[in-house]
Amino acid sequence: MADASYPDDLKYHAEHDWARIDGDTATLGITWYAQDQLGEVVYFDLPQIGSTLTKDQPYAEIESVKAVSDVVAPLSGEIVEVNEGLADSPENVNEDPYGDGWLVRIRLSEPSEVDELMDASTYEGTLS
Amino acid sequence: MSRYTSATDADRAAMLERIGVQSIDDLFETIPEGVRLDRPLDLPPGRPEQEVFAHLRELASRNVSTDDELSFLGAGMYDHYVPALVDSIISRSEFLTPYTPYQPEVSQGTLQVMFEYQTAISELTGLPVSNATLYEGPSALGAAGFLAYQHHKRTRFLISRGVHPHARETLRTMSAGWGIEVREIPLRDGVTDADALADALGDDVSAVFLSQPNFLGAVEDLEALVPPIKEAGAIAVSACDAMTLGVLRPPGDFGVDIAVGEGQPVGNRLDYGGPSFGFFAAQQAFLRRIPGRIAGETTDVDGRRGFVLTLQTREQHIRRERATSNITTAQTLNALAAIVYLSWLGRQGIVELGELMLQRTAYARRALAAVEGVELLHEQAVVREFAIRVDGGGGGGRDLIHDVIERCAAEGVNPGYRLGADYDEYDDGLLVAITEQRTRADIDRLAEVLGRAVTGARRFRRPEEVTA
Repeated sequence: MADASYPDDLKYHAEHDWARIDGDTATLGITWYAQDQLGEVVYFDLPQIGSTLTKDQPYAEIESVKAVSDVVAPLSGEIVEVNEGLADSPENVNEDPYGDGWLVRIRLSEPSEVDELMDASTYEGTLS
Repeated sequence: MSRYTSATDADRAAMLERIGVQSIDDLFETIPEGVRLDRPLDLPPGRPEQEVFAHLRELASRNVSTDDELSFLGAGMYDHYVPALVDSIISRSEFLTPYTPYQPEVSQGTLQVMFEYQTAISELTGLPVSNATLYEGPSALGAAGFLAYQHHKRTRFLISRGVHPHARETLRTMSAGWGIEVREIPLRDGVTDADALADALGDDVSAVFLSQPNFLGAVEDLEALVPPIKEAGAIAVSACDAMTLGVLRPPGDFGVDIAVGEGQPVGNRLDYGGPSFGFFAAQQAFLRRIPGRIAGETTDVDGRRGFVLTLQTREQHIRRERATSNITTAQTLNALAAIVYLSWLGRQGIVELGELMLQRTAYARRALAAVEGVELLHEQAVVREFAIRVDGGGGGGRDLIHDVIERCAAEGVNPGYRLGADYDEYDDGLLVAITEQRTRADIDRLAEVLGRAVTGARRFRRPEEVTA
């Protein structure tokens, strides 16, 4: 498992999600803290491409050996891509939460919501 | 105070005082008056123990078992032979608790039973994943409905009228809570009407429920029925009868997504109607939505084969209100009886038993069709059960059939299940089940007694009834 880290180029949501903003799209995932709390991830129930996300609402479920947890949307938008690789390798969420462990890519419907997210140091401050 | 109530009047007063309530009636204040009973329960006064036992003995003596009469009743529960071996093994004290084996280190026997049972159900149904039982057949079908409801947000279920009436009723009851409409697909010539099914299918259909064989005993053409269901994006569910799967192709072969069924015929006796168990098997894609417990095979720290409960994150002790079911105690003892029975019967035995039922049922069908006043309700292929009409055509069959059944009973024969109880359209219908326990001589006797009963009942009818 990777060491604790919270990359500076990402935005963070209080429900332990990260977003990598790229123009009007964003890649979403869960933070190192989230995967550490969940323990070994065994299944990500891939949402459907085209389904919509509403900021602060659950949009998917992630299952670890301990529990099934909601994944909360840090931003609103429409899913344009899902990480198919997680179907066979859900452990990528643990091993590389900000890389191969990404969950979905969305087209933002409310780009201004990005301003409501936290930067890395603010988020890390909420964890202690 | 009666001997069965542990709290004294003083105890009650103390408890009421402690919680700050004047009387026991005050505890029910929140229940609207309209639904409260405003009188004492209508119970007889207490009686001495000897009298109570005498009364219960008298009631029990009114039961008629399949040992007392020649019974051709089936309709979902069947009188198959259960060898003494089953009782011998399931009576072992280690197996007598169905309590969830959360601690695999002290539950290997129970867990292995569940695993072997799942393997057998998986092989019989041709579906890769089986759970470790549900309560009984109808609730297993309802659970398949819940899976479909969770799987995709569609709004309609289609269910063949060939599915057991109890299962249809259960699905309707459960679906009301999910806001899903249940529409029945009629039967034609004894099997599900494929044209009516095609007309009813659409992209709002969540799941379609069939039964193999169906309630009238007819073998459905799953090869033709299932593909349109899959093309509409709906989940194909088939109730099936495990005892026929030695001679019928398994539902998994036809692309059925979920197979469910009543487990009683497999190693469990009639036992006054229960308890039994329900089985549930599905395609791999539904692995994480399957209700109930699943036992898995694994290795321990020393590399030895062992068994554990697996995929528990679906279950209510972890997932709470979003669990795939609210079942944790299963019918493990009944499933144990089933796996002991199947092991006794063996891979070849279940085929031979199926062939025996086919032969006997074909013989019985011919014998009864030759009886004056009796005709076949349908001519579809059957395995161990078939439907006849008694004096159909003449009208008044519904009244006649009660009389026919009573006349048979008077001669010690129960000729079968009266279909009119569930199907207005078959109110002169009788469902006749032939297990391996019914010999050719038994069947000859049924034909003879039924013939006499029909003749007698017709003669007894007054002229105005005949013309009515």
